[in-house]
Amino acid sequence: MNADRTFRQPGRWAVLAALAVLAVVMLFPFVIVTLNAFKSPAEYSAGGPLSLPHGFYLDGIVAFWDRVDFGLKLWNSLLISGVVAVAAVVLSLLNAYALGIGRVRGRLWILVLFLVANTLPQEALVYPLYYLSKEVGLYDSKLAVILIFTVIQAAFGTYLLSSVLGQFPRGILEAAEIDGASRRRMLWGIVVPISRPTLSVLLIFFFIWTWNEFFLPMVFLISNDNQTVPVALGVLQGEKMMDATMSSASALLGIIPAVAFFLIFQRTLTRGVTVGAIK
Amino acid sequence: MRRVDPAPGAGAARPRGRGGYWLYLVPSLVLFLAIIVVPFLMNVATSFTRWSGVGTPTWIGLDNYTKLFKDERFWASFEHNVALIIAMAVVPTIIGLVLAAALFDYIAKRFGGRTASALRAAFYLPQVLPVAVAGVVWGWMLHPSYGAVNQIFGIEVNWLGDPDIALATVMAIMVWFQLGYPVVIFMAGLQRVDPSLYEAAEIDGASWWRRFWHITIPQIRPEIFVVLLTCTIAALKVFGPIFVLTRGGPGSATMVPSYFSYLNFFQKANVGYGSAIATVLALIIVVVTFLFLRVQEGGQERDQESDS
Repeated sequence: MNADRTFRQPGRWAVLAALAVLAVVMLFPFVIVTLNAFKSPAEYSAGGPLSLPHGFYLDGIVAFWDRVDFGLKLWNSLLISGVVAVAAVVLSLLNAYALGIGRVRGRLWILVLFLVANTLPQEALVYPLYYLSKEVGLYDSKLAVILIFTVIQAAFGTYLLSSVLGQFPRGILEAAEIDGASRRRMLWGIVVPISRPTLSVLLIFFFIWTWNEFFLPMVFLISNDNQTVPVALGVLQGEKMMDATMSSASALLGIIPAVAFFLIFQRTLTRGVTVGAIK
Repeated sequence: MRRVDPAPGAGAARPRGRGGYWLYLVPSLVLFLAIIVVPFLMNVATSFTRWSGVGTPTWIGLDNYTKLFKDERFWASFEHNVALIIAMAVVPTIIGLVLAAALFDYIAKRFGGRTASALRAAFYLPQVLPVAVAGVVWGWMLHPSYGAVNQIFGIEVNWLGDPDIALATVMAIMVWFQLGYPVVIFMAGLQRVDPSLYEAAEIDGASWWRRFWHITIPQIRPEIFVVLLTCTIAALKVFGPIFVLTRGGPGSATMVPSYFSYLNFFQKANVGYGSAIATVLALIIVVVTFLFLRVQEGGQERDQESDS
């Protein structure tokens, strides 16, 4: 009956059509970039941006890949984001264990401190960090960026995880305590397995957020060997050497990993959100 | 550091007391001190000096700040920030509310959940990009000579190079980039709204707009707050798109505080002045966060009063 009504009222289709048009507008840049990354410059100037590519012209992509050594950039991004994600989850967990379950004194102030740290603009830290990293010989190293983002992400993670662990079923912990379990065993044997969904969501968020960072990596990673994907693309943007299709290829190479992560992680993220809702 | 639990009897069962938990905070506190607290204090201290980055800074008191308040570029950069708050927080929230409600309360019911999810994914896709990559995409699309937009429409507009329209162009790009975030958050929020509210309103013959205004918006007010707060902070901090698209130009048509401080730090060697800009920006962000949280708390208290 419902479907019947739907077909009789053209207004409903108008709403759907309007939303579909908007979706096309949102996706338009992705389509255009993909179409033109596979064209030769001659094909682009002859057929314009909307024509379909005649074949799989890979020269633009290959030329750009070689020029920026894109494989190395991917590896740098993977390494930095992966290490940061794991280290920041561990730090957040340790903090949240002390604050949410241990309920140490002054926890409110510590949480406020972490929250403020998370909202601070990186511009207010960048120059001293730049200066200090030069002093200790960490400038232009992946380690400097890893350390900085581990702390920045952990500041947010602590805030979120503390409130999650604050609701942790205390009965389980008390029972373990009576059985003589140590603090460390309670953390790794009980708290970690039970909060695994939240931890994996945090891990994914930290990974993606670190991958997407631009400002601090751009300042700290100046040599070609250390740059991440967004830094390499952002710094090269608008260079005179780039022709239309090579620019398009560079944009496509930036889009692919981001969309891939989205597709890979989507299910874990939705599951994490659902688990949070049930709890 | 260890403190014995004062409760009598508890000491026997929990020999280590509560103080032992402090140990778990030590690694973070050390790193936090070295990477956030000390650098931030150094930044504040530097803002009272004249310093090129090498040699000894010269103490000049509040001179950087008095200069700052007379600096037209600084004020212009904050005006651009307000424009970006509109583009990144206000407009996406408003459009996002309408879209989320339309998808949840209309499309999902009339055309099925799959259609709604597919549309939501399309709106969200720009959000998955690193913001610098979004800048690269649009830098290419809007290139004055070979860009796809000019080619398709057969026009010759210098979207990012004309001082009269550069800011508007950046704003439009940021709406495109941000829109998916509120849509997803609001749709998630709508999941927890009691469906009987909508059913009752529908039976009463309330129009879609009335339901939107009287049910949807009040019910997901917490989500609206979160989105407005996080997007406003993001807009105040915006750097990547400006760096990639315009470098603050042409002239200073798209200059924002973060890029302005970056210029002073790393290109003009005015580290003291750059630090003052960064300190003011940090202060504004902390105040905005605080105000938002106050307003939100006020709203919650009102809710509780009306509930009881």
